[in-house]
Amino acid sequence: MSLRDKCAVTGIGETEYSKNSGKSVIALQMEASLKAIADAGLTPNDIDGIIPYGNLEVVAEDFITNLGIHDLRYSAVTPLGGASSVAAVQAAMTAVASGVANHVLIPIGRNGSSGERIGDRVQAMPQFRILGEYEMPSGNIAPPQLYAHMARRHMELYGTKSEQLAEIAVAIRANALLNDNAIMNKPMTIEDHQNSRMISDPLRLFDCCLESDGGAAVIISASERAKDMAQQPIYIMGVGEGHPDSPSIITQRPDITTLGTAKAAPRAFGMAGVSPKDIDVAEIYDCFTYIVMCQLEDLGFCEKGEGGDFVSNGRIALDGELPINTHGGLLSQSHIVGMNHVCELVKQLRGTGGKAQVADAEIGLVTGYGDMGDGTVAIMRN
Amino acid sequence: MSDAAYDKPMPPLNRDSKPYWDSLQEGSMRLQSCAECGKVRHYPRPVCDSCHSFEVEWVRASGKGKVHSWTVSHHPFHPGFIVDLPMTLVTVDLEEGVRMCAQMHGVEPDQMSIDMPVELGYEAATADLTLPVFRPVT
Repeated sequence: MSLRDKCAVTGIGETEYSKNSGKSVIALQMEASLKAIADAGLTPNDIDGIIPYGNLEVVAEDFITNLGIHDLRYSAVTPLGGASSVAAVQAAMTAVASGVANHVLIPIGRNGSSGERIGDRVQAMPQFRILGEYEMPSGNIAPPQLYAHMARRHMELYGTKSEQLAEIAVAIRANALLNDNAIMNKPMTIEDHQNSRMISDPLRLFDCCLESDGGAAVIISASERAKDMAQQPIYIMGVGEGHPDSPSIITQRPDITTLGTAKAAPRAFGMAGVSPKDIDVAEIYDCFTYIVMCQLEDLGFCEKGEGGDFVSNGRIALDGELPINTHGGLLSQSHIVGMNHVCELVKQLRGTGGKAQVADAEIGLVTGYGDMGDGTVAIMRN
Repeated sequence: MSDAAYDKPMPPLNRDSKPYWDSLQEGSMRLQSCAECGKVRHYPRPVCDSCHSFEVEWVRASGKGKVHSWTVSHHPFHPGFIVDLPMTLVTVDLEEGVRMCAQMHGVEPDQMSIDMPVELGYEAATADLTLPVFRPVT
């Protein structure tokens, strides 16, 4: 049995994104969830499945309690860091397609800026235990450092330049300027990127994503039900999840320039029956510019090592061959663990992308990436 | 520096890793070698991923290796490392076929390159903790 086209995204909801929400994390998640439920034309009691975010700051019980859901039939957790959102879409699809649940809510929300900072949370995750035992004592602690080892090797092997990583940050910032719900609202040039302070060479400040507050949620329903719901269904053609060898410690990985995305991508494209050339718009998990470039290679948009050239000369800009992160991404819109990427792809395929709408977008792709290497991919159509 | 003043993260010790940290303390890093199939593995863990044996021998590493990759951190991410900035962290392919990451000392950041030969050294952090460090082969 294939999951192809069996499920659809039927509702999306997002709060205001900010550096200081003034709201609790539970309140942010409930607000985003109620918006998604209303968007789908459902009532909270129609939700019978929930996949809360893997850090378990807010659990399924909180949704039952706050939303008055009286018969939750399915709950699960996908603790893959930034790959969680799209991993949860895959988990929801298995529940919906098998008839275990009708409408699965996937909420995410955080005070990543004003509350517990994202970097602090990462270090406490059990997936980082080995890092804590063997590398943190030497000072190799945080994602910008861990991913810098990957980026440096890519640069040395393939001649990739910091200016090419800058192309990614600049293209995504330009899209954020078109979005009223984006935190960053100043234009960025390649020179601005090159002048931003070095965090962990080769990664500069403008290679790094935001830490921000906000909530986002989506609802996954069976395609046969989706046709009669409030919104145009956005069908999920293919989905995949991949974990790298040596998932918990990057330095032990056979090839540190390849992500779990390389395992997930053939599954997602295979299920969907399409190839990278069919993708009209892509929302790529952008915790760091380098990670965007590496995913584009692992997804098959270009060969390994050619990512630097691929992202240059406007190819990934809104009017380019492959527009990416039309909402501004984690780099310039907000860090909502990539659920903002899922919401944005749905908007693009509904044709409600606002000033950043890609003309005639019919097939799009969204990725998740996290936990030092896990990759998830979903391909959708209208 | 007295131990009370040491403000960097300490490794949580456990049954699987204690022989490794003890060997650093003794100034001769030891690696796990599977007692069944002989595969050397690092970082320390309880099971051989090749033959799934729990039996292990601790073998002395040569301390020789080559640079796989590196980063030069200008931001500490932990207050204990402010004094070390800028700090070069190096990923090294050890002669035994495994990798490890540690600080790189004794080299200017712009002199780093892939496959550069390095050797392991030992630096006492506290009376009970010795950390591995790499230096260029001279």
